[in-house]
Amino acid sequence: MSITSPLGHPQAQPQPQPQQLTPVSDPVLEIKNLSVDYGYDGDPVHVLRQVSLTLGRGEVLGLAGESGCGKSTLAYAATRLLPPPGLITGGEVLFTDRDGRQTDILRLNDAQLRASRWQDLAIVFQGAMNSLNPVFRIGRQIADGIRAHRPEVSQKEALERSAELLELVGISPDRLRSYPHQLSGGMRQRVMIAMALALDPQVLIMDEPTTALDVVMQRQIVEQIADLRERLGFSVIFITHDVSLLIEIADRIAIMYAGEIVEDAAALDVYQRPRHPYSSALLHSFPPLRGPRRELTGIPGSPPDLSKLGGGCPFRDRCAFAFDACSKVNPELVHPNVVGDDPRRSVACLRHDPAAVRAVGEEPLPVPPELSLR
Amino acid sequence: MTIDTSIVEEGEELARPSQAPATGAVPAAPRRSSRGPRKFLFLRNSKAIAGMVILAFFFLIAIIGPWIAPYDPSARSDDILQPPSWEHWFGTTHLGQDVFSQILVGTRGVIVVGFVAGIVATTIGVIVGVIAGYVGGLGDETLSVLANVFLVIPQLPLIILIAGQLPTVGGVTVALVIAITGWAWGARVLRAQTLSLRRRDFVEAARANGERTWRIITAEILPNLTAIIAAGFVGTVAFAVLSLITLSFIGIGNTGEWNWGTVLYQAQSQLALQRGAWWWFVPAGLCIALLGMSLTLINFGIDEFVNPRLRSTGLNAKSLRQRGIRPRIGFTPVVYEAKEDRA
Amino acid sequence: MRFFLRRFMFYVITFWAAVTINFIIPRLLPGDPVSALIAKNQGRISPDATEALRALFGLDENVSIWQQYLDYWNLILHGELGISFTYFPTPVTEVIQQALPWTIGLVGIATIISFTIGTLIGTGIGWRRGTWADSLLPISTFFSSVPYFWLALIAISLFSVTLGWFPASGSYDRSLVPTWSWEFIGSVIYYGFLPAMTIVISSIAGWILGMRNMMVTVSSEDYVTVAQAKGLSERAVMFGYAARNAVLPQVSSFALSLGFIVGGTLVMEIVFSYQGIGYFLFTAVAAKDYPLMQGIFLVITLAVLFANIVADFVYGVLDPRTRQEG
Repeated sequence: MSITSPLGHPQAQPQPQPQQLTPVSDPVLEIKNLSVDYGYDGDPVHVLRQVSLTLGRGEVLGLAGESGCGKSTLAYAATRLLPPPGLITGGEVLFTDRDGRQTDILRLNDAQLRASRWQDLAIVFQGAMNSLNPVFRIGRQIADGIRAHRPEVSQKEALERSAELLELVGISPDRLRSYPHQLSGGMRQRVMIAMALALDPQVLIMDEPTTALDVVMQRQIVEQIADLRERLGFSVIFITHDVSLLIEIADRIAIMYAGEIVEDAAALDVYQRPRHPYSSALLHSFPPLRGPRRELTGIPGSPPDLSKLGGGCPFRDRCAFAFDACSKVNPELVHPNVVGDDPRRSVACLRHDPAAVRAVGEEPLPVPPELSLR
Repeated sequence: MTIDTSIVEEGEELARPSQAPATGAVPAAPRRSSRGPRKFLFLRNSKAIAGMVILAFFFLIAIIGPWIAPYDPSARSDDILQPPSWEHWFGTTHLGQDVFSQILVGTRGVIVVGFVAGIVATTIGVIVGVIAGYVGGLGDETLSVLANVFLVIPQLPLIILIAGQLPTVGGVTVALVIAITGWAWGARVLRAQTLSLRRRDFVEAARANGERTWRIITAEILPNLTAIIAAGFVGTVAFAVLSLITLSFIGIGNTGEWNWGTVLYQAQSQLALQRGAWWWFVPAGLCIALLGMSLTLINFGIDEFVNPRLRSTGLNAKSLRQRGIRPRIGFTPVVYEAKEDRA
Repeated sequence: MRFFLRRFMFYVITFWAAVTINFIIPRLLPGDPVSALIAKNQGRISPDATEALRALFGLDENVSIWQQYLDYWNLILHGELGISFTYFPTPVTEVIQQALPWTIGLVGIATIISFTIGTLIGTGIGWRRGTWADSLLPISTFFSSVPYFWLALIAISLFSVTLGWFPASGSYDRSLVPTWSWEFIGSVIYYGFLPAMTIVISSIAGWILGMRNMMVTVSSEDYVTVAQAKGLSERAVMFGYAARNAVLPQVSSFALSLGFIVGGTLVMEIVFSYQGIGYFLFTAVAAKDYPLMQGIFLVITLAVLFANIVADFVYGVLDPRTRQEG
């Protein structure tokens, strides 16, 4: 998306910074203007509004935000796994295969979608407690995914492959004959990861894969994912509310708020030089895993009711830097108004977008020092 | 999955005592279920409303039936085995009795037995279920086994066994026998729910505060069981009605009191089938079905109120089809109708 | 194994309870109808049989209640249920022996058919929510509200009296001699078809609704979404993941509601004059044949208990969590 796009503010003025947001090179998954509603009736809740996000090949992209901000919804909608009454109302989800062939996941028919699932793009779900079918042995559950896509593989071969996969995630292969209730939470989560890797997918979406686990287990799993990514070369979208965890593992971080992406930048940039007031606040509500200690502050207020959003910036009521224009126009992703920033990063905040502020007849305010750290 | 909003709703609604069904008029609230005053949600459920209306109708008949009946239901006349006519809406029996009057007069017996049995059985069920679930341990084991024993023992034969050996069987006796054999289902469900409530924070907090047990049960637990108790009550009434009618049909408890079952008993024993006198047994059966359906509908309403996942998606299938939406798991429907602007 | 041990204990307790109820009821209720019957048949009943009846119904005032209870158990465990007054002087056990196979054949087969078909239909309706299939729900609600026997009356008046397709009563052609001949078996099936269909139609609604609700609940479990994410075929997800788990509570509710269903279907035998347990129970009630009533109640309870054990076993096979500790 470009800031000169006529949609948001037609009278955009020239900016001092580079105007084009540099696209991610060699993307494997591009989500473009994805919109999602909850409810099929005349009065649905817009849980995602024109969200765009690009995942580069081999990249680990972190997706963070408070619960209810739509980060899981984004993952489920992009894979069309969102349960009723979820409804995708627009956008594209482009998957680029290794040979450069592009498909829009939202336009696939049922058979094509089934064939693409697990093969191209696999998901590790939140809460491994319920992600495994309680009445089947885990070997069978890994193998059935393989056999659904490779009918020529025999059950025996599929189970052998399952054993390899279990070893890959550090579980003894004799666990193949275990039922889910015989495994600990951490083991179940590893089984889910092993299962997701069964067909060597190019994209792995992980939805809060470590939330239900204790800290030691979290660490192990995160390290394991990083290690597997090195060896197998898949791309990852890692969803969590724990930003400090993302800094450990992600190359790039996108911060979501109220169904929109508000900041998208390299992991270290988000951590050291947040440009959006929400990112900054979010960082200050988690203790850093390493590095100097810093003061923890919460974020005042609570996320807005998505069904009651008017125009304007959804964060304005909780924002320390809000001004008059924030209630008039909802900011779009633009390059931050800070000299010398990485040209690939973007932020949706009116403090960084004087043109949009002028467009509604307000006087722009400068970027506060907290949001222009160098 | 966090994105499944219904789960959140479920928790909220369970924690919130439901409004008693008879609170009065249905408010003209918006149709959306996830917003607006939730306490009237039950009354906005069309199934529940339909059920309550039918039930109210039978209640009315139970009260005024004997007064508005055109004939004495036992009075014989010369119009023997007449098909329905203006004089006899539901025709006449082999003795020239008016079937319509029998049905009208018999409603009271059905309703009284159904509700007396329902109230008694529900009371036993609440006491056993809540105590078992709250006390836990050996007391729970004992009471659960007791309830399960009563569930497994076939109720109708047991009722027949008891009622068949009583010298005289009046309506209330039958109601009590039904209640004694029919409380177990409610107790079982209530026990499970009490057990899960007991582990909830607000109950734990009350216990930690040193609240007395009976106060916790009456003030913290019972209000949260309202919907389940109501469902159990409605279910027991339905069971009691069916049992009463079955008993009457096989000839137990026919001491001159009319009810729909005695009508069927006479029809069967006087070979109404073979004589082609369909009017003799069809109306009573339809009344039973209608009453039973009204109770089932009320229970559907309660079920959907307690477990929002069961709600049909609440919209008409036609408009969904027009928009090309087929709600299902695993394949989110895609429609390209989003507005272009972000705000 | 703890699961099965607990269940076994439960069955022992239930059996004990059923026998004890049988013991208590005639002693608790006012009046003494059995003495009157014995007196009426004075001289025709053998002393042994009189003895047994006195023990079964607690007619000996001078024997302590505890001794009565022990004697009662002794008789029950020896299969002694007294003699029937209606079919005098046939022992109750013999009457039941004649009737039981018919009931098991009719009620058993019809119930299994109803459960299987109902569960399958419920699977489909629950899986395809919001389609035409939902319109089956109101129809099944109607059938679940009607007493079984009334449906039987309608079936007879429609298919026997009006159309004449099926016989209205009996369990086989009386002109045939009961043997294992094709002709006789065919006659049994012909006579049993209408009662069986009536049982199926009236009891199927409950299974449809129960399975539908469980499918709806299970469909929103994470593992079903995972199964879809894996790209499994619709059939594999629907049966292997959703229905496979939804059927578990269905099986336990089968066990629990069996007593209720059997009660309802027994009345069906009365309407069809089908010579099973229910029909004999009805004649026993009409003739105040208390020994037969008590014996039939005991046998029905035993049969339901046995069916429960089978259902428990099936559940144990279907759900690995009951098999292993964990």
